[in-house]
Amino acid sequence: MFVEILFWIFSSLLVIAGLGVILSRNPVHSALWLVYGFFNSACIWLLLEAEFLAIVLVLVYVGAVMVLFLFVVMMLDIKIELKRGQFVRYALVAALVAGVMLGEIYTVVKVRSLGMTAIAAPVSHPAGYSNTQELAKVLYTDYVYPFELAAVLLLVAIVAAIVLTLRRRAGLTRQNPTEQVAVRAADRLVMVKMEPTRESEEKAP
Amino acid sequence: MITLPMVLTLSGILFAISVAGIFVNRKNVILLLMCIELMLLAVNFNFIAFSHFLGDIAGQIFVFFILTVAAAESAIGLAILVVLFRERKSINVEELDTMKG
Repeated sequence: MFVEILFWIFSSLLVIAGLGVILSRNPVHSALWLVYGFFNSACIWLLLEAEFLAIVLVLVYVGAVMVLFLFVVMMLDIKIELKRGQFVRYALVAALVAGVMLGEIYTVVKVRSLGMTAIAAPVSHPAGYSNTQELAKVLYTDYVYPFELAAVLLLVAIVAAIVLTLRRRAGLTRQNPTEQVAVRAADRLVMVKMEPTRESEEKAP
Repeated sequence: MITLPMVLTLSGILFAISVAGIFVNRKNVILLLMCIELMLLAVNFNFIAFSHFLGDIAGQIFVFFILTVAAAESAIGLAILVVLFRERKSINVEELDTMKG
């Protein structure tokens, strides 16, 4: 019962946060609402006994992705003014589409849940059960190739993000490693053959 | 006791909110990216709920991968956004009509 009350509290806060994201005028407020929503979802995931993913959601999303969002929002100089009538027009279409979609999803859930009551309530895990350990056992055996692919994907994302935002300014002197490596001694140093000279002759003029 | 339809309905509401957000926020690409994050969160809720109620941990593995892909996606999306703003001085969706889409 207590768990259920917690679920209702967190889910209503999550829905409020979602509405805050889409209805805020200021993108910074939207990002902060989204952070709040992620915290609430992490709490619900804890209730659903997905402890590792709840922590990962807070660490990765709130700690990294949302900070990135806030950086970009504050870095770009955005002035957005939406005409009131335009907003109402968009909001009508949005409410229509979202309402239809929600109705469809709810119908499916409702109809299917007749069969789902057959699913027994999950047995709670014994003390000392580690969600992280269980996850790791599956991740490093059955899903080890997807795991490696995910690592490569992150590497590709890093390289792509850096290459995209790298700015090449004109008139900037910088090293070119290719030229540096390809250089030969003959390009830099010229050996000149000349007759030996005496010291006194050198000083005279 | 939390039941499966409760979680599925919550996820459906969240998904519908983010779809509405994509329609409402036509002026700002950053908000569209945020709405996509919210959609992925709703999908992750489904995976976690089924993983919990069916006792199969593979669902949580999928959430793990979705989180990875979403992080990569938002990093590249924001990089593209920064370049776009540098070129066009605007991130208004209606002004991004170079390809006549």
